[in-house]
Amino acid sequence: MTEKQTDTANYSLTVRNMNVYYGTFRAINNVSLNIERNKITALIGPSGCGKSTVLRSLNRMNDLVNGARVEGEVLFHEQNLYANDVDAVEVRRRIGMVFQKPNPFPKSIYDNIAFGPRINGWKGTKSEMDDLVERCLRQSALWDDVKDKLKESGLALSGGQQQRLCIARALAVEPEVILMDEPCSALDPISTLKIEELMMELRQRYTIAIVTHNMQQAARASDYTAFFLMNDQRAGELVEYGPTGDLFTNPKDKRTEDYITGRFG
Amino acid sequence: MDDKVSIGMDSRRITTTQRETTRPFSLKRQPRLGESIIQGFLLFCGVLSMFTTIGIVVVLGSESIAFFRQVSIVEFVTNTVWSPQIDEFGILPLLLSTLLTSTIAMFIALPTGLAAAIYLSEYASSRARSILKPILEVLAGVPTVVYGYFALKFMTPVLKAVFGEANVNIYNMASAGLVMGIMIIPMVSSMSEDALSAVPRALREGAYGLGATRLETAIKVVLPAGISGIIAAFVVAISRAVGETMIVAVAAGAKPTFTFNPFEAAETMTGHIARISGGDLSYASIDYNSIFAIGLTLFLMTLGLNMVSRRLVRRFREVYE
Repeated sequence: MTEKQTDTANYSLTVRNMNVYYGTFRAINNVSLNIERNKITALIGPSGCGKSTVLRSLNRMNDLVNGARVEGEVLFHEQNLYANDVDAVEVRRRIGMVFQKPNPFPKSIYDNIAFGPRINGWKGTKSEMDDLVERCLRQSALWDDVKDKLKESGLALSGGQQQRLCIARALAVEPEVILMDEPCSALDPISTLKIEELMMELRQRYTIAIVTHNMQQAARASDYTAFFLMNDQRAGELVEYGPTGDLFTNPKDKRTEDYITGRFG
Repeated sequence: MDDKVSIGMDSRRITTTQRETTRPFSLKRQPRLGESIIQGFLLFCGVLSMFTTIGIVVVLGSESIAFFRQVSIVEFVTNTVWSPQIDEFGILPLLLSTLLTSTIAMFIALPTGLAAAIYLSEYASSRARSILKPILEVLAGVPTVVYGYFALKFMTPVLKAVFGEANVNIYNMASAGLVMGIMIIPMVSSMSEDALSAVPRALREGAYGLGATRLETAIKVVLPAGISGIIAAFVVAISRAVGETMIVAVAAGAKPTFTFNPFEAAETMTGHIARISGGDLSYASIDYNSIFAIGLTLFLMTLGLNMVSRRLVRRFREVYE
């Protein structure tokens, strides 16, 4: 028991026996997973294996999908995110999200970043907000690109810059965990590299879970990797989970080996 | 095996029955009569509405010129009396009544319509939406003359009960304006809802992902992103109110009166045109020409509104792709 408790202390999120349904369709079958604190955890697998569904269940983003239902537990600071008295808005403030396609608001760069703090009851002064905006932009390695045009629309930036703006925007509410849903799939290789470097930096202060289609990305830029696959009923299952190095060099499951060696998917 | 044989036969047939060339097909330009006919028809439809507009402008303009030969433009826009019998042709009483009724209507239609649109697009379950939208559309399908009598027989008694029998005229601008507002709600809500629904889901998710509530997402992200469409909806609604005829003709009164009191009877521009053109006017008379001058004024107002809206829409458009 004591050992278990020390274990959970290293975990930012603990998923226990999670099933996700869309209507009557079971999309995720009995997934259990520990997301390690201050590490990057990659969720990989072929299209339709449910990795995005799992990710979106970690901050109750699936609440917004009609008919979606989650069974099981997702523990965060020993609280089950799916308990009846949990407020999804509070959950998402602490577990932020970056999406597949950069989705900056049609506002200025400054206002994009100030949005989160403002809706969460920001009480500081203008200059404190200026500092916060600068800090977030520096953390997301965007400051030098945009410091002279903070009043310009976030949509005027390039795709890679937009995605870094979205990361800066997520940082501004100071979450503990950042979920990234294929954050580089719409970006060119150079922007992708920048985002990966950024993740490595952010890992010191945040826990990151990232869904990626790109196995090289998972191999390069994550500490832990979870491999998902669809079962016969088309429900996503966790096949193998472990330190990224082990999973890629010495997979325990035959299916993992087939996938990472490119035999399918 | 069978497939291969038939393919072989096909290609042989092509080479023998078609021209004696070795080419299996021709890339020569083909005459496509159907395409040309349809293209011509489409062009005709586009040009038709254009020429109709030009025709209206020409008629309004020429008849108005005849009117302004006898009445100076200065008198037309400054005189506060409209009384053709005694040669008083001041547009102000009619204009004021139009503006008052329209303003009252907008106070009802814009907030209610926008709120309904936000509810439908951001809050309503698909079930609630499937019930509410058809009902709203029924509201839009009620003939305006019915609304006119609704104003006269329902809204006016209500106003009398609330504000006092003596204070409210049987024909009054408030009642017409309120009912006109109700009539316009579905238009505002449906156009605004289209604008809000067109805002990409990704923007909403972005807001939710930062811990925004539904209301914050709707008001601070979705609404600003859809503002250009909403402005367009508002301007169309104003044009609709300014041009609405039947309700004001029935309920607002049939005498041009220069008054700011919404509980008084006062004829609007459209109401006046409807009443006068229904009577027996001789074509050559100044009375007859005067309604074209009013029509031209209405036309210029809606034209101005459209131009303002185009400018606003362009100014506020937030491209989100």
